[in-house]
Amino acid sequence: MSSELRYTANTQLEHLHARYTGTGHADLTKYEWITHQHRDSLASIMGHPPLLSYLAIADGEAMGRVRFEMTERMLQPCGPPPRKDDD
Amino acid sequence: MSPTNSPRLVDSFTAPKEVLQEFAELAEEDNVDPFAETASKRQIAARQSDYHNRRFNRVAQDGVDVFKQVDEGAEVEGGYKDAMRLARLEQEEARVRRAIEEKERKEREEGKMKMDLDKTPPAAELQDVAMELAAAKELAEAREREAASGVKRKRRWDVTEPTDENVDPNKPDQGEWSKDALEASAPKKRRSRWDATPAENITAVGETPKRSRWDQVAPVHEAPMTQIIMNAPGIMHDDKHNRYLTDEELDAILPSSGYVIVTPPPGYAPMVAPRKLMPPSVTEVGGFHIQESSDAAAIAAAAGLAPELPTEIPGVGNLAFFKPEDAQYFAKILKEEDETQLSVDEMKERKIMRLLLKIKNGTPPVRKTALRQITDKAREFGAGPLFDKILPLLMERTLEDQERHLLVKVIDRVLYKLDDLVRPYVHKILVVIEPLLIDEDYYARVEGREIISNLAKAAGLAHMISTMRPDIDHADEYVRNTTARAFSVVASALGIPALLPFLKAVCRSKKSWQARHTGVRIVQQIAIMMGCAVLPHLRSLVGCIAHGLTDEQQKVRTMTALAIAALAEAAAPYGIESFDEVLRPLWLGIRQHRGKGLAAFLKAIGFIIPLMDPEYASYYTKEVTVILIREFQTSDEEMKKIVLKVVKQCAATEGVTAQYIKQDILPDFFKSFWVRRMALDRRNYRQVVETTVELAQKAGVAEIVGRIVNELKDEAEPYRKMVMETITKVVATLGASDIDERLEVRLVDGIIYSFQEQTTEDQVMLDGFGTVVNALGIRVKPYLTQIVSTILWRLNNKSAKVRQQAADLTTRLAIVIKQCGEDQLLSKLGLVLFEQLGEEYPDTLGSIIAAEGAIANVVGMTQMNPPVKDLLPRMTPILRNRHEKVQEASINLIGRIADRGAEFVPAREWMRICFELLDLLKAHKKAIRRAAVNSFGYIAKSLGPQDVLSVLLTNLRVQERQSRVCSTVAIAIVAETCGPFTCIPAILNEYRTAELNVRTGCLKALTFVFEYVGPQSAYYVDSVVTMLEDALTDRDLVHRQTASVIVKHLALGCAGLGCEDTMLHLMNLVWPNCFETSPHVIGAVMDAVEAMRLALGPGVLLSYTLQGLFHPARKVREVYWRIYNSLYLGAADSLVPFYPDLSELSEGQNVYDRHPLQMFV
Repeated sequence: MSSELRYTANTQLEHLHARYTGTGHADLTKYEWITHQHRDSLASIMGHPPLLSYLAIADGEAMGRVRFEMTERMLQPCGPPPRKDDD
Repeated sequence: MSPTNSPRLVDSFTAPKEVLQEFAELAEEDNVDPFAETASKRQIAARQSDYHNRRFNRVAQDGVDVFKQVDEGAEVEGGYKDAMRLARLEQEEARVRRAIEEKERKEREEGKMKMDLDKTPPAAELQDVAMELAAAKELAEAREREAASGVKRKRRWDVTEPTDENVDPNKPDQGEWSKDALEASAPKKRRSRWDATPAENITAVGETPKRSRWDQVAPVHEAPMTQIIMNAPGIMHDDKHNRYLTDEELDAILPSSGYVIVTPPPGYAPMVAPRKLMPPSVTEVGGFHIQESSDAAAIAAAAGLAPELPTEIPGVGNLAFFKPEDAQYFAKILKEEDETQLSVDEMKERKIMRLLLKIKNGTPPVRKTALRQITDKAREFGAGPLFDKILPLLMERTLEDQERHLLVKVIDRVLYKLDDLVRPYVHKILVVIEPLLIDEDYYARVEGREIISNLAKAAGLAHMISTMRPDIDHADEYVRNTTARAFSVVASALGIPALLPFLKAVCRSKKSWQARHTGVRIVQQIAIMMGCAVLPHLRSLVGCIAHGLTDEQQKVRTMTALAIAALAEAAAPYGIESFDEVLRPLWLGIRQHRGKGLAAFLKAIGFIIPLMDPEYASYYTKEVTVILIREFQTSDEEMKKIVLKVVKQCAATEGVTAQYIKQDILPDFFKSFWVRRMALDRRNYRQVVETTVELAQKAGVAEIVGRIVNELKDEAEPYRKMVMETITKVVATLGASDIDERLEVRLVDGIIYSFQEQTTEDQVMLDGFGTVVNALGIRVKPYLTQIVSTILWRLNNKSAKVRQQAADLTTRLAIVIKQCGEDQLLSKLGLVLFEQLGEEYPDTLGSIIAAEGAIANVVGMTQMNPPVKDLLPRMTPILRNRHEKVQEASINLIGRIADRGAEFVPAREWMRICFELLDLLKAHKKAIRRAAVNSFGYIAKSLGPQDVLSVLLTNLRVQERQSRVCSTVAIAIVAETCGPFTCIPAILNEYRTAELNVRTGCLKALTFVFEYVGPQSAYYVDSVVTMLEDALTDRDLVHRQTASVIVKHLALGCAGLGCEDTMLHLMNLVWPNCFETSPHVIGAVMDAVEAMRLALGPGVLLSYTLQGLFHPARKVREVYWRIYNSLYLGAADSLVPFYPDLSELSEGQNVYDRHPLQMFV
């Protein structure tokens, strides 16, 4: 029974996690992780209208403009991915 | 009784003599396998109908990967073109054969007519017959002479024994279930490549055959004329007593010196067997030898070798079983071989065979590893060698479900790996897998679908179409049917739009109606299989087949109507606009058609009407009703069912008014369908009841019940049952307020009559009685005396079933009797039931207790008669009854008494019951365990928890795990009902016991306590902290695991209640356990951490996890990421403010500042 569980319970959990965007694994790079954080932050701001209007006031822009820019930013919030070192 | 002089009746019986004799004879007969009959049930081929077994007649095309060869610029041969040509040829052949049969039949009929007309046949004919007879006689004599001389001729033992082709190898097998019976039951074989041995095998036996084994399965022995003579008992060469001695045997018998083996004279040739269909059996050195033919097993059995079937095969190990039929397929690996002399391909073949044998016949662990191996190495083995071995196995006639399942699984796995390498084998695989699509077994159908859809994905649409196209207008209906189903699977795998152009073309085929028929059938199957997923393509699918309604072929028209019905059913309740095109032909069609065609058209209409707008529906219903009413009188069963179904569908639509139903449909409907005959067939019965209930929704209760209520007194019991069921359903859905006084009298009267007159105690009658009486409510008051006296009378019946039913009825009526204020009757019933508690049949006893419980429930504990203080002591011994129904009923009754009237019973009695209840805590049925646990709570509440608790805590010391677990649950229940403060101190005190079991038990009890009490646990967190500290730092894994579970429940219970400090402390104790590997422990720890997310907030948890996300050790990273992931999934949004500021990591073009967060106004 235990061997069965070892094969199911935890591996299943990991499979389940891997299905969602934003989750990580032991080989995740710093860049990828922080990119997710940025996207989450942007999404969170857009999802909370009070926060969005706060930023709009700070920026002196319309809320729609701010939202649009944030959406655009989500594409590569931390710039292009760093070059892979050939190892 | 019997007169005095008659012999005394013997009071012990034995079986009649002839029966015993029969068994004795059976036992004496050799080779009687008592399980033979059941074994044949397991065999798929033996169980299935002739139609299913037609699969053995199919021919697989020799596959080529057309695409690949075209790519390579090679000549494509044996591809689509050839397949089509072959298909045409076969069609032509079938047509000619039909024509010949037709002609012969005609001639016969004419001849017969001639005979009839003319009593004495003309002289010429007589002469003919006489000559024929003489010739036949002569021939038979010649044969006899020949045969006799054949026997007498001395055979030289040094010459290889020629196999005598004339001996039917099946002969000794006659009595058995296997070959003969199957062959006989299977339809006449068409000659196909499955059946015949290819020519080169005959000429060059020694050569390695170029063809795959696929082609050389089972040579068929056409039984020659001499068969009967040669099979006479004296000449049975293959019988183990009569076969010729082999060289070895002669060597063993004869002395080694003094004898010389004479060389055959020059010019001597051993007698050549007349026919050489089967390769001569080479006498193998080494005794055991299995021929590579389907009859090998029979021959082996005849030679007395059958009992020596191997269970251990070299290189395979032990098998779960080994059937004689397996031997022919696995012959090569059955004997020891020198593997060094084998070529690479041969080695590969052996390897595949071993793996397959392991999978097919091995024990589960063996099978598992073999399956994994064959999957991993699939590409290495290659498609050819794999399928050459697998597919013939699947076509074996003695295949059983389990074997088929396993082989299909192998194909599935292998397909996945092989991908487009399977192309050349697509048709062969389809031939074997398609029959699964029409199997009776649901799982077989699902498996078949899965394989075909994987196959379609691997081979691609174009290849699938070109492979299956020739089968679409195949002469055999079976092939077309399965092909249509396979095509629908392909459509669902690759999408309907991809297949649409092809379908359009097929449905318009000018060449043959078979192709059109199959095309329409594909659409039908698509609709059946994909359900509402056809909606986006509904218009184009309908467009594909619409013209089929006016096809010149009757069969195509019928199939089109059925396909439209299936489409409408799948699309319901949407998509009426897509059917515009077919409405007119359908409605015209029902006027023109009769019989089967009409049935199909009606079916289509029945499914389309519910999709329509109310006004259209009403109009079209009126149109179709005329035809329906005409068909009410049909004698065709299928038509009856369809008519009923259509009536039901029409009645259910909004636009059809009650008035219309009452006036136009009901009179004829009742006249034709409410007759006794309809109750006899199960399916008719159900359909009539359903339709009537549907009609009642519109027409009202009174209308329907009024029409059938008199039939409750009909003399036919099945019919009464049908009436009762209908009334039950109608009243249950619509209530009884519609029923007027006169009808009410007739109804109750009829119900009592039919209840009393039933001969088989049926659920239907019981339900009907209960439903009607409950629906009438206080209106049954005048009849109650009569009803109760019926019950009382039946409670004393000598049949246990009757008593049980009477008790069940009491359970249902108790509430109504109370509503009517007839407490007198209730107490009378209660007393009688109480007296019946000595009942010996457990089912009946259970019902009686349940009835008593129902009465106690409505009357209340104080008014209960018999008084509770008498009732409960009577129940205590019954609790020991092992029967589930009795247990459940009594525990319910006791629980109710404990809940409402505990004070009427002395405490001693309750304690006694407590001990009995402990046993019930481990009942199999969940309802019983739950009732028992609840009862504990009630008892503890009434007695005060101390005594009960001490019983339970002592019970933690027992050996048996199950009862310890149950005690912990019960402790938790006591804690829940009496307040945690009553239990927690006692548990903490008990935890100090040195015994491990008790400590674990205490922890377990606390887990349940905190799970049940929820937010109340906030008050007790601090008191259990020290104990948890101890448990979480224990060496014992289970301790830490259980403690983690407690922490989880605590954290969930007091989240947001201001216990963060304590929780943080516990978190620090739980956290180090996250590196545990034992599955249960890590599960509990992860749960606790997850619960902490709620209690402490995700920010705290994030700061814990940040420590290890980028730890140099992978093992640490993995664990921390897992925790991070569940944290992230649980609270992604709330983590945003807690992410660390990583701006200092920015490098080059990557800026890690989160600027939006740095803004402020």
